[in-house]
Formats: sequence, structure tokens, C-alpha cells
Amino acid sequence: MRTIRSHWLGPVALEMWLPLVLVATWWFVSAGSTSVYFPPLSSIFASFARDWLNPAQLDRNLLPSLQLIGAGYALAVVSGIVCGVLLGLVDTLEQATRPLLEVLRAIPGVALLPIFIVLFGIDAQMKVLLIAFGSFWPVLLNTVDGVRGVEPLLRDVSRVFRVGPWRRLAQIILPGASPQIFAGARTALAISLIIMVVAETVGGNGGIGYFLLNAQRSFAISSMWGAILALGILGYLLNILFRIVERSVLRWHRLQQSRLESSR
Amino acid sequence: MSIMGSPQTDSPVGSSEASILAADGLGHSYRERDVLAGIDFDVRAGEFVCLVGPSGVGKTTLLRCLSGLQRSSSGEVRFRGARMTEPLPGIALVFQDYSRSLLPWSSVAANVELPLRAGGVKRAEARAEALRALALVGLDDAVARMYPWQLSGGMQQRVAIARALASRPSLLLMDEPFASVDAYTRADLEDLMRRLQRELSLTVLLVTHDIDEAVYLSDRVIALNGRPAAVADIVKVRLGAERDQVETKSTPAFADLRARVHDLIRGSRGMAS
Repeated sequence: MRTIRSHWLGPVALEMWLPLVLVATWWFVSAGSTSVYFPPLSSIFASFARDWLNPAQLDRNLLPSLQLIGAGYALAVVSGIVCGVLLGLVDTLEQATRPLLEVLRAIPGVALLPIFIVLFGIDAQMKVLLIAFGSFWPVLLNTVDGVRGVEPLLRDVSRVFRVGPWRRLAQIILPGASPQIFAGARTALAISLIIMVVAETVGGNGGIGYFLLNAQRSFAISSMWGAILALGILGYLLNILFRIVERSVLRWHRLQQSRLESSR
Repeated sequence: MSIMGSPQTDSPVGSSEASILAADGLGHSYRERDVLAGIDFDVRAGEFVCLVGPSGVGKTTLLRCLSGLQRSSSGEVRFRGARMTEPLPGIALVFQDYSRSLLPWSSVAANVELPLRAGGVKRAEARAEALRALALVGLDDAVARMYPWQLSGGMQQRVAIARALASRPSLLLMDEPFASVDAYTRADLEDLMRRLQRELSLTVLLVTHDIDEAVYLSDRVIALNGRPAAVADIVKVRLGAERDQVETKSTPAFADLRARVHDLIRGSRGMAS
């Protein structure tokens, strides 16, 4: 990696060259296109600017999506960590539930949409629950593994120094499991985004998924392409946000890993 | 023989004089095999005592019983007169493996604060106490802000010692604390422990397999041997308070003691079986 100067321009250029080349190719290839399904990129950009860069539109097109994924994802992460810590600490509980969990997590979240509609209706509440259910599993299973993998000697350490259960949870178990928990939460984020889009295609709550389906049904093809672009950008930004949080929380882990690697 | 005049006045009257820790007929079996049998000894206030025995003799099991981490199969351990079935306040333990016993996600200061915070000490006060404990082992505020794994092995074990001292224990237990550092660091840490023990009037029970280390550090050496392990004998070490790694170890008295402990550990091994 030393071939690239440690100036910020280097990494940015490395990240951006491929998207730029692709966009430029698309732009020139699609210019003057008369195909209904593949409109010129210029008109997709125009739709994008109209639908997604206009604050007045965002209330209906973007805000509901952010609320859904925010609530659903938060619910998944919190409940996944809580249940995961319990299962990770109580071996018999883990053994008794493991087969059931393996079956449940194998069911794709979106496949449960019909059942969730029957059970919870088509409101935002159902969508939040569906997102939470689908993205709960990776957080849960990674937390279980993380908690079980905490250095066993630290149990003796907390006993000798009479560390109470809550302090032990906050200062030993959760930090010890945090690298695994974050790995699970990263997978869960991707799943949340998928379920969000699918769930929004039912009911009239707005949001990106609703907008996307609506555009397709009304043959507003460049709006449809614009929505897909918006979705890609949203996913990218969420991932960046996730990485910022992860980098600050797991700073110790990152530094320790790079130290281990350099000493090898 | 009494090394009295120690500041610990909180030991109950009545039990053997100022006895901090007592093992009474301590025995332990693991998977129906006897590991320890009839271990009797006591550690008095202000004493530096080493338990020495060959690897695999059950020293770690013994120390786990003595710290309350593990219940013995028979006999009992009393700490300041109270029967011990779980780790009691007033006992601190330095583990052999500093790299696993320190929290890698916490700063050095936060590691040392842990027992204090667990004992209900407020944040600011715990920080001040932690820095004081770190200063005792020769680590400054800059080190306090680092992560433990950014330090050398010897410095990490100093952090572990500071953590154990932070809550001002009446008994410091140490499980082969210098087994995984190099010889020079080891000598430094031994001298550090001698100095701290005297300056703070600590009561220390240190487990080691190294006879020289045991003799050099101790006021008394408890030699373990046999299978199941039992106390071969308890040897008083009269080498004076001021000791030096080179001079003390080259005295005839030191050589005699070393030979004696050596014989105790090895000699009666055949006898026990």
C-alpha cells in the first residue's frame, strides 16, 4: 500500500476511479437513447435531482424509509444483543434453542412479508417489525459467539476483584464480544435495507420502495432509475455511518490487530 | 520469628496471632484423583511467603483454593479468621498471564481502576488512586493513557501489580507472576516486589516453581512436593531485609537455603509415591 502517497487524494482517487469511468461510459453510451427502458443518463440525473434533491419531496420519499430502517434496525440490534448475551452466558439455554434458531434464521426475512401483513396489517409498525425480525439473526448469533469467546480468565479476574454483574457486562462481556457484535450488525444493516425496500412496496406509507414501485407502474422509467440510484447512495451512506461508529468503538481492536500483524 | 509491627490491625483477636491466611488440612481431588492432600500453613501479617514446587504439582489449584476462586474438596481456608468459600474483599491476585488478565479494550488507568470502581469508589477518586498505584510500580501518567498491549511484558505485569495494589489489599496473592518475562525484567520485578512489600507492609503469598526466586523473595518458603502434593517443610529465610540480586545470591547462606529447598522438593518425591 506504500505505492500510494499517504495524501488523502490517493485513497479517494483509488475509490472513485471505477464509479467515474462507469458513469462516464453509461453517460456516453446512453446519450440519445430512445429506448423506453434505458433512458439517457442525463434524464435519469434530471429525475434524480427532481425527486431526491428537492427538500419538499424528501418528506414523502425519503423520510419514511429512514424512519423504518432506523426503528427496525435499532430494534434488531438491541434485541439481538440482549438475547445474544443471555444465550451466550447460559449454556443450557443456548443448547436448548440452537436448532430452532438455526431454522428461523434460515428463513429469508422478506418471505415472511405475507404472514406479517396478516398478523400486523400494512402499516409502518408491521414494516418495522419485519425489518427487525429479518436482521435480528446475524446480530443474535454473532453476539452469542462473541460472548462465548470472551477470554475465560477474565471470569476469574472479575470474581477476584468482585466486579458486579452490571459492571462485568459493561466493561468485560460487551467490550470482549464487540468485534463479533459489530460483524453481525454490519450484515444486519444490509438485510435491513433489502427488507425496507420490499416492505415499502405494500401500503401507502411512501418511502423509496413505494416510490420505486409507483414509478415503474406509471412508466416513469427515468424516475425509477433515479430511485435505484438514490437507494444505492443511501446504502453507501449508511455503510459509511456504520464504519465511523465501528472505527471509534473498536479503535482498540483495530490498533491491536495491526500491531499483531506488524509483529508477525 | 514474628515479623510484627505491621499496620494491619483488623485481624480478629483469638485466631493464631495476626494470621492473615490459613490453610487447614486442605485437600483437593480432581476427577477422583487427589491433587492436594493435607496442606497446612499460615501466612502472618507483613510476611512475604513463597510457595514453591515443581511444575504440575498442583500449585495453581492450591492458589485457586487460597484465593476463594475454587472450593477445596476437604479442609478449609481461613482469611482473617473467616472461612473462605468465595473471593473475599481484602484479597488481590496477580495472575501469571498478564496478556490475558488485563482488559485489552481498556486503558492502563481504567484497568487499574477496575477493582476500585467495582468496590464503589467514585470515578475521580478511583482515577487518583489508580495513578498512585501506577506510580508505586514506576509507571507514569503517559503510560496510564495507553492500552496494556502497547507495553512490554514487564510493564504489563507492573500494571497487573498496580491493579492488585489499587484497592490496598491485606493479602496479595501472586501466581507465577514473573514466569513469562525475560531474566532481567524478572530480577527488576522481584526487587520491585521486595521494595513494595516492605514500604507498604504488604502481606504477600507468591507461588513459583523457581527455587532461587522463592528464597530471594521470601521470609519463609513453603516447599511442596509429592503426588498428591503436600507441604514437605517450611523453611525460614534469614537473609536480612536488604537483599541484592548478585550479592545475596552469592552468599553461603543463600546457597544453603537453595540446596535445602531443592532437596525438600526433589528428595521426598520418591518417598511420597
